[in-house]
Amino acid sequence: MSGRHTGAVVIDPSPPVAAHEPRFRRALGGAAVPLLAAAGLAAFWLFPNDLGLMTRIAATALYVLSLDLVLGFGGIATLGHAAMFGTGAYAAGIAAVHLVSDPLVLLAVGGLAGGLVALVTGALILHARGLTLLMLTIAVVQIVQEVVNKARDLTGGSDGLSGIEPSPLFGLFRFDMFGRTSYLFALAVLLVGFLVARRIVRSPFGLACRGVKEDPLRVAALGGSPRRYLVTLYAVAGVFAGVAGALTAVTSGIVGLDSVSFSWSAEALVMLVLGGAGRLVGAVIGTVAFMTIHHVMAAIDPFHWMLFIGLFLMGTVLFLPGGIASLADRLIKGNRA
Amino acid sequence: METLFGIVVDGVAYGMILFIISVGLSVTLGLMRVVNLAHGAFAMVAGYVASYAAQGLGLPYAVGLVAAILFTVLATLPLEKLLYRRIYGSANELAQVLLTIGLTFVIVAGINYLFGPTLKRIPLPDALLGTVAIGPKSIPVHRAFVIAMGAATVLGLWWLLERTDFGIKLRAAVDDPNMAAALGIRTERLYTATFALGTGLAALGGVLGAELLPLEPYYAIRYIVLFLAVVAVGGAGNILGSAAAALALGIVDTAGKYLIPSFGEFFFYAALILILFRWPHGFFQGRAA
Repeated sequence: MSGRHTGAVVIDPSPPVAAHEPRFRRALGGAAVPLLAAAGLAAFWLFPNDLGLMTRIAATALYVLSLDLVLGFGGIATLGHAAMFGTGAYAAGIAAVHLVSDPLVLLAVGGLAGGLVALVTGALILHARGLTLLMLTIAVVQIVQEVVNKARDLTGGSDGLSGIEPSPLFGLFRFDMFGRTSYLFALAVLLVGFLVARRIVRSPFGLACRGVKEDPLRVAALGGSPRRYLVTLYAVAGVFAGVAGALTAVTSGIVGLDSVSFSWSAEALVMLVLGGAGRLVGAVIGTVAFMTIHHVMAAIDPFHWMLFIGLFLMGTVLFLPGGIASLADRLIKGNRA
Repeated sequence: METLFGIVVDGVAYGMILFIISVGLSVTLGLMRVVNLAHGAFAMVAGYVASYAAQGLGLPYAVGLVAAILFTVLATLPLEKLLYRRIYGSANELAQVLLTIGLTFVIVAGINYLFGPTLKRIPLPDALLGTVAIGPKSIPVHRAFVIAMGAATVLGLWWLLERTDFGIKLRAAVDDPNMAAALGIRTERLYTATFALGTGLAALGGVLGAELLPLEPYYAIRYIVLFLAVVAVGGAGNILGSAAAALALGIVDTAGKYLIPSFGEFFFYAALILILFRWPHGFFQGRAA
């Protein structure tokens, strides 16, 4: 095979989700937001003692959602998505310590920072594909982590950044010690993010990105610029990841170096694939499943957790390539057959 | 001057270890097009076997080395049949990455279960301790040994691929698997043999490099990025490219640590970005890439 072929291996983690989605799936997509909201609120009443964990899950779901935009809809395989998440978290944290305390402004700061990092690095690295692109994304996240680690005066280095105290939301709702405001705030941000992401995915721009994922050559032949679409998508996803990072910073009050780590990037990928890449609900389902199981199993022994997630991951790839979210499709298909 | 000499010796030794482990990955990536993230885990398994052979059974270093390589190759062959064969050459790189990450996690958990989370050592024989004089300078024997083994690996692989029947078939299969199969080359067998070769090299590097890349359960995850970096820069399937890339990255990394230790791995990744930005298919455009 000639050189260009391996370089441009097409990454297709999901069955193609084209414009002609089955009607059932479209209906499911329409019900997703009310269902998510209902499930989130039910959890609020059912597990009042786990609000901290659930807040983290909501913020992480937004982060994985942004990875889904990049990977599931743009076909960009990345192991460095935490670069945007962490930048957003640190930007919001630093702004909270030195400048402002309004939580919504902090989210905007985080989103802006994440988007900028994504725009700059995306323009630099998105000409590559395959293994080269994977390596570049890893290198980016490692360099960002190194910079954050060295800027000790601003970021606290390896001690982490603490002392983030947001003012009451809308000037009304205080971030209470039980984490009620935090959780509802995180849930609301996640739902809004989900709606915006769905709007983007269904827009002409979103369809063009899927086109690039399926066949970049054809998009180019039709007069589009695949690389420009991908860089734009990457930057938009960077805003989402930055907001998710800022949300984590605001609700938890601390930011650590692990939020810009390679392993946090890899974990996001695992969550997304468990849930099912290429559909937005998959990102949320995967995050909830992963973090809940993690919470239960890691409390026993972190290595049990690794064994379990390793087997689970292999099983998903071999037997359930569409992730958990595709189970519903399979059941429906099975019933019809 | 003293520092410069230290950087060169340590950097070259480190680069040789990176080369021995990474070239196995490069060969399998070049032929089977599998991004095998479990490669580091195979090297780690070999290191643990050698450590157990030396400390648990009291076997000599050389015997432990051979036993570790044999054990690792034999233990991974069933994996090749059961798992890897399903993902060879498939266009789905993401599935490869995830399957092999999953396998890595399982191996890490297994190693921790068997050997515990503490650092393990492979005691060096007396022959490898001390220093050897080269002109006015002297360098540790172990470093010299590692460098010699690395050089031997380069020559051995070159001979194997350029001068033997196996190498000719392998190169044919890399260039065009379908044509090679049509000409009667048994590509399946070739894949198995190449996989064993790659695993064996990982095992060799894992044992030899235990002094430089310390053995602990997270070894498999910690160093895989390094190995992938070498392959990406060297170009998949390119032996001399891997050697040059491993030496360059090894020296850059060591120099960064010697001269500006507070910046840790910054130089390594900065060099990586610069090289990959300029040459996205690897600095030495690979045979297969």
